[in-house]
Amino acid sequence: MGLLTSLKDSITRVTDGLFTSEEPKRIGIYGPPNAGKTTLANRIARDWTGDAVGPESHIPHETRRARRKEGVTIERNGREVTIDIVDTPGVTTKVDYEEFLEHDMEKEDAVRRSREATEGVAEAMHWLREDVDGVIYVLDSTEDPFTQVNTMLIGIIESQELPVLILANKIDKEESDIQRIANAFPQHETIPLSALEGQNMDEVYEKIAEYFA
Amino acid sequence: MAEATSGDGDGSPPEEEGADDGVRVDMISGARMEGLTSMEKIRLILDGVREGNIVILEEGLTPDEESKLIEVTMTEISPDEFSGIEIETYPKSSSKDPGLFDRLMGNETTQKLTVIGPANQIETLHKDENLISALVSRK
Repeated sequence: MGLLTSLKDSITRVTDGLFTSEEPKRIGIYGPPNAGKTTLANRIARDWTGDAVGPESHIPHETRRARRKEGVTIERNGREVTIDIVDTPGVTTKVDYEEFLEHDMEKEDAVRRSREATEGVAEAMHWLREDVDGVIYVLDSTEDPFTQVNTMLIGIIESQELPVLILANKIDKEESDIQRIANAFPQHETIPLSALEGQNMDEVYEKIAEYFA
Repeated sequence: MAEATSGDGDGSPPEEEGADDGVRVDMISGARMEGLTSMEKIRLILDGVREGNIVILEEGLTPDEESKLIEVTMTEISPDEFSGIEIETYPKSSSKDPGLFDRLMGNETTQKLTVIGPANQIETLHKDENLISALVSRK
């Protein structure tokens, strides 16, 4: 019996070693523009490292380059995971500089911003195909989730067989509808939160540790 | 006036006639797309869309091709010239998800009618699992 127990322990240690990587997991934060990706990335980074990832703004495409915050260790319920957070530009199939003119921007600045935004989206798609180990997909729960970008991106993530956590953000707003997101992607669990107000972050961290550890 | 074409078999849709009068619609069969590489498919779509045409794919693209389509579209956006694409497919029903065995055996189907058009000419009015309603305007 002792021999069998010892053998079983040895096998467990070997298999644990096979599946436990010392390398941090690169977790991409994806979603449409203005879903609150950078606000979430900053919330996670500040909670666990004290630093922020990048500036937040209500103007679409504030994040125009994928930004990485390395070595964020999250502990919950005895599980520990070290992740590199990759905050990506909001994915879209169209960028029109005239959209930025509505935010009191000069044409030259709007054109430059749109050019940077297109480069950023292309970069985000490349990261998704090549360089991430898991995805946190952030949706604005006040908006209709049945958009083509969401349908395509979830399809792309599923085809890559990446673990994905769907977050219904902005639950602090009155128009928030979490069930609508849950109905749109019934094959995945939906976690509600407000990254801005820090609501339900405990559950978010629990799920990050569970999904990506 | 709308004009619909389905190509003439040489790999690219025929030259347009009278396109100034309306919106041209290219309906591309699954058989036409079958022999093309991912980049050839993307080129075929974007060349049509950049001319102001609506492209309808009988069988759609794979997720990987969709990802590349977004990436290539982004590199081609140019102020006052091309602002990107509008693309619509039916949302995937989870009940139709292929199992692991089907995926391993390569039986995963990507068949889904797909409509692609210039972002400034096509506007989605309604979309659910069974109906896509879009408004198409001239340039």
